[in-house]
This record gives sequence, C-alpha cells and structure tokens, in this order.
Amino acid sequence: MFRSRDPLQPSYRPFIAPAVVLIAAVIVFPWVFTLWMSVNEWTLGGSQHFVAWDNYARLAHDTRFWLSLLRTVIYTTASVVAPLILGTVAALVFHAEVPFRGALRGIFVMPMMATPVAIALVWTMMFHPQLGVLNYLLSLVGLPAQAWIFDQDTVIASLVVVETWQWTPLVMLIVLGGLAAAPTEPYESAEIDGASRWQQFRYITYPMILPFMMIAVVIRTIDALKSFDIIYAMTQGGPGTASETINIYLYNVAFSYYDIGYGSAIAVVFFIVIITLSLALLWLRQRSQWSL
Amino acid sequence: MHSHWSHPSRRGFLAGTAALGAAGLAGVAPARAEVNWRKYAGTTLEVNLIKSPRGDTLQKYQAEFEALTGIKVNSEQTPEQQQRQKTTIELSSGKPSFDVVHISYHVQKRQFEKGGWLADLTSFLKDPSLTEPTLVESDFATAGWSFAKDKAGHIGALPLSVDYWIIYWNKDLFAAKGLAYPETFDDLVKAAEALTDPAAGVYGFVARGAKNANTPVFTSLLLGWGKDSLDADGRLATDGPEAIAAAALYQRLMTKSAPKGVTGFNWAECQSAFLQGKIGMWFDGVGFAPPLENPEKSRVVGKVGYGVMPKGPVTRAAATTGDGIGVTAASAHKEAAYLYCQWAISKSVGARMLQAGAGVPFRHSILTDPEVIKGVTMPKGWIDAVVESAKISRLTLPVIVPVTEFRDVIGVGLTNLLGGADPAAEMKRATAEFRPVLERSEAG
Repeated sequence: MFRSRDPLQPSYRPFIAPAVVLIAAVIVFPWVFTLWMSVNEWTLGGSQHFVAWDNYARLAHDTRFWLSLLRTVIYTTASVVAPLILGTVAALVFHAEVPFRGALRGIFVMPMMATPVAIALVWTMMFHPQLGVLNYLLSLVGLPAQAWIFDQDTVIASLVVVETWQWTPLVMLIVLGGLAAAPTEPYESAEIDGASRWQQFRYITYPMILPFMMIAVVIRTIDALKSFDIIYAMTQGGPGTASETINIYLYNVAFSYYDIGYGSAIAVVFFIVIITLSLALLWLRQRSQWSL
Repeated sequence: MHSHWSHPSRRGFLAGTAALGAAGLAGVAPARAEVNWRKYAGTTLEVNLIKSPRGDTLQKYQAEFEALTGIKVNSEQTPEQQQRQKTTIELSSGKPSFDVVHISYHVQKRQFEKGGWLADLTSFLKDPSLTEPTLVESDFATAGWSFAKDKAGHIGALPLSVDYWIIYWNKDLFAAKGLAYPETFDDLVKAAEALTDPAAGVYGFVARGAKNANTPVFTSLLLGWGKDSLDADGRLATDGPEAIAAAALYQRLMTKSAPKGVTGFNWAECQSAFLQGKIGMWFDGVGFAPPLENPEKSRVVGKVGYGVMPKGPVTRAAATTGDGIGVTAASAHKEAAYLYCQWAISKSVGARMLQAGAGVPFRHSILTDPEVIKGVTMPKGWIDAVVESAKISRLTLPVIVPVTEFRDVIGVGLTNLLGGADPAAEMKRATAEFRPVLERSEAG
C-alpha cells in the first residue's frame, strides 16, 4: 500500500528546483521588475527615482489611455463576434457533404497561416484610396470610393475586416471539431419528430457546439486583446490616434517616448484587465459544458 | 567618362583631400602635419548605421576606408525606428556594442546630448594629426554646425547629410493650366486649388497627413512666418497667431487640394500618388528625386520640377533636417572611430552620395564643385533646388528630448484639422497637452 508523500520533502527538492528556477527567471522576475519600474519615474537617458503610485495616478487622468482602452474594447469585441459568426457558418457549411470538401477546407484555412506583417502590407495596398483594388471593385458596382484605413471614421472597421479575414478559419476549425464529435442520434429522432432545419440547429446543434464556440471566444478574445502587429504595420495607431489600442499606446510610451516607468504602469493595468477578462470567460466556458 | 569622384581610389582620396587642402577651399588652412591614417591599423570598429541610402553608400565603400587605414569595420544598418530604439537602449545601458553611431539630428540630438552618449570631438577637430586641413567649419552649411554643437559649443556627431524640404511639381499639369511655379504661400494655395480636379482624379497638392509624420509639414510652413516651434526662451510657440495661421494653411491645402485619404498618408503614400502623374505638387524632403526619375517606377520621369519653398508672409525658409555621425563616449577606440566619421563626411564619400541622389552633404566644397556636379545623375533642377535651399536653410523641428512625443501630440491636432476641427482650438489643445511633457523633460 502506497503512502502519500510530502512533495516538499528534502529528497524531492532537487527535482523541482530547475522548474522553480526557470519559472522564477522567465515569469516571476519580469513581473516583479515591471511592478518595480511602474513605481519609478524612469526615462531612458534620464534619471530614475521612486515615485510610489504617481504613475498610476497619472493614468487616471490620461485621456489618451482611456480612449485607447475604449478602442481596445471595441476592436476586440468586433474581432471576436465577426469571426465567431462567420466561422460557425463556415463550419456548418464545411461539415456538410459538399464536393471537394477537403480541398475547400484547405484553401479556407490559408489566411490563418500567413505572416501578420505580410498580410498587413497586402491589405494596406488593397485599402489604398487611389491605387487599391477595393475602391476599384466598388467603382465597378457604382459605389463611391472609401478611405478605409486612411480615415479616422473607418479605420477600426477596416482593421476588423483584416482580423476577421485572418481568424475566421480558426473558429471554423474549432467548431468543426465540435460538430464532428456530436452524436447523430438526436438528429435522427428530430427527423422522425418532424423538426425543421432551423429547429434542429437551434435545439440540437447549437447547444452541442456551444462549448466549442466558447473555446473559440476565449482564444479569440485573448488574441484580439493582444493584437499589435497588424495594427502597427497598417496604421501605427492612426490616423491621429483613431486606431491606437492600448498595445500601441503602451509601445509608444515605452519605446518611442522611452518613458519606461509610465509604460510599465500601463502594462500592469492592462495585465490585470486581461487576467480578469480571461477568468470571466473561462468561468463562462465551464458553465457551457455539456451536461450529459 | 566617369568622374574620378565616382570611382575614387585610396590614392585618389588622399590626393583629392591634399589638393583641396592646398587650395584652401574653405578659407586659409594653416600649415599642418599630415594625418596619419594608418596610426590605428589593426583596430576593429563596430559601426551602427540607419538603414538609408546614406547607410548604403557608407557600407558600399567601407572597404576603401579599411584599405586607407588598416582599420577593420563591422557595420550594420537597422531601419530608422528600430535603430533609434536600439541605440537608446544600448547607450543608456552605458555599454553600447558600437563605436560609431549614425543619428538623426532632428530627433536624437538633444537626447544624445542630455545622456552624454557622444564623445566630444572638439579637440580631435583641432588636432592636425587626426584631422585633414580641409575639414573646416566654413566649408559646411550653417545648419550642420547648429546640429553638431551643443549649447556649450562642444561638437558631438559630425554633419553627414542634410535634408531640405522642397516642392516637387508636375510640369505637365502646371502647363495644362497655364500656371507658373508659386513664389508665395498665396500663390501656392491658388495653384493647388486651380490644379485640383477630382472628376479627373487630379489633385493640386499632397503632403504627409499621418500623425507624427505631418508635424514637420506644419513646422515648415510656420517658418514662413519667421517662427520656430519654440520661442527664444524655449517656450512652446505652437499656439500663437502665426502657428494658428500656419495650421489653417495646412488645413486648407490638405482638405481642398489633396486626394482622399491623405489623413493616413506618410511620405510613401505621397510618393506613390505623385508617381502616378495626378498630383500637382508634393511637399517633402529633398531625397525623393531618384524614384521620381526612375523610368521603372515613375510616370513622371522628366516632368518633375524641383522648387524651393515659396515665400511665406514674413520670409522664405527651407525647412532643414539632417543626419550626423559620431563616436560613442563609451568607445575604447575613439580616435579610430573619429577617423571613420571623418572619412564618412569626406568630399569623396559626400560626392558619391550626391551623385547617386542618396543624400545631400553639408559641405559647400562638394555642392559647388563642377566636377562633382557633372556626375550628378539627378536633373539640374534638383541640384539647383538643393543649392538655393541651402542659402535659406532653417531647422524645422525643436531641439528637445521628447521630439517624438511633440510630433505625435501636435500631429494628432493636425490630423484632427483634416477632419474639420478649428485650427485655433486644436493648436491650443495640442500645445496644452504637450507643455507638461516638455516641462517634465527639461526638469528631469
């Protein structure tokens, strides 16, 4: 008979030491150091001194910070909802027995595999008001030219189009997994009971793929919150600050203005936001599990 | 036949500089000992360059420096934004990995001075065993030494290349409307609006509209009122009546005569638009002639006029930015690194930079040498614009540490103007937003 052993008894310690050291070096130390920097006034090339909570107090009155946070929420929400809807529809389409299904699925997931900066450059050219193909296509159907990412009013929506184009395939793959795992018996019963296609989706398919959709929501939310490369490569947060999300603002403060202390305070606040949101989403995901 | 400046040899370099010294190009040079270029043979230098045609030129010909001095050079080029971050982080650590650094004066000068990151080259310049007799102050445009010296007169980075802001104009579009090149700001507005025909896809004017990039456009216009962004006491002057008038001019040009989407245009988008032949005037730095005159890229080859900045309500001024090349204070090879910097700003290298359209040297002896000019591959109008701009040169951006934040904050205000905001309200708001940043920087 085995006895439970104390995992911290001396003979075990050498085995967990490498993991502890590694975690301390790559996770704990950077965070403690970031926290330390956030309570200092520290500009590269300038002096460094302890200012306690001043950087956080400055954040409270920083309009640009709050606007960037609002834009992050708008951008993230749109970048989760649009791929979720389109990806689910695509999964339902590709789950059906259609000709060349495998090849079509392969083509559909290609955007996901492309490098974000390459995608950004291609879309920037497509969005160009005078030389871009999108305005040319609009002109063919008699619609007026748009300024896309070159206008403060349309830049966020245009960036969401790119984000949606790239990440709809990911949602499709996740939901497709859910559809493949779903049992077929409920559909047979529904057919016998005379349920319509919509009723089958609403009362059988949807509840069964909901946990998978929630996984997609969690992954997409964390990803969209962190989004930097495409926005930076396409607009650098402009025109003006119209697409300046919190990541772009943080980057500007830390690496363009070299205000490391204040940038660290932004990073700490943003980290708390991400952790809170992620925990909320994970809790929601738990609640959406199948109850068999 | 190629000019000897196109393909100089080591012997040619030495002979050229010696001859120039004998001629006393920039005033009377006293009898001096010869520079011992090989004194530091065997040294290895690390050189950090900004990715640019200037950087390309220095790398392309660095073997000549190595042959001349016996010094080995390891050079790397990094894109501008990343180079600024890398150098700032490394220099603030106190242990940079490079001996020589290429800087953008208009962005980095004050920051480098405040950090004490550059070696003081003043004594080197006075040392005849280190400095060629031709390297004298009077041979450089005034802006060069304004950039190179700190408030105490100490010399940091040597003046490498200058960028004057000029107007590229499409001669065919002007001729079609019977217009002449504008001489004043009023003429500029009239010409821009007369050229604009949205139905034909033709626009009279384009310049940078994107935040940050647009600020030099505004500050360059402001120079026409005889004003800088800071007053003589170092206080912000971006919300005074002249600044508001300059902002209103920017707004008018960019909303009535510029193509759709200009709010998001940086120089690359402006260039793309001008290359298509549908833009009357493009206001930007002088370094864009090579792509405009490249038949593989441009529809306006041979049709481009190169105009000096028109006169503003008070004065005519060519907005000026520039690059320098200096020795890091932490370098263990300062003299050898200084020799590299001296070579980089030499007539030999500067001539080739000019001839290729890769950059404009600060040195008069290059710009006025008929042999050098003969080898310039750009149209004569371009070199004329360069020479004339040099005469009315004036720094366009304030010499402060938070210049990037200045450009961002003022730039957002300018972008808002393109959306219809009131120039007075917007400039006052942007100035008020930036003032505490400047105060914090000056106090720190």
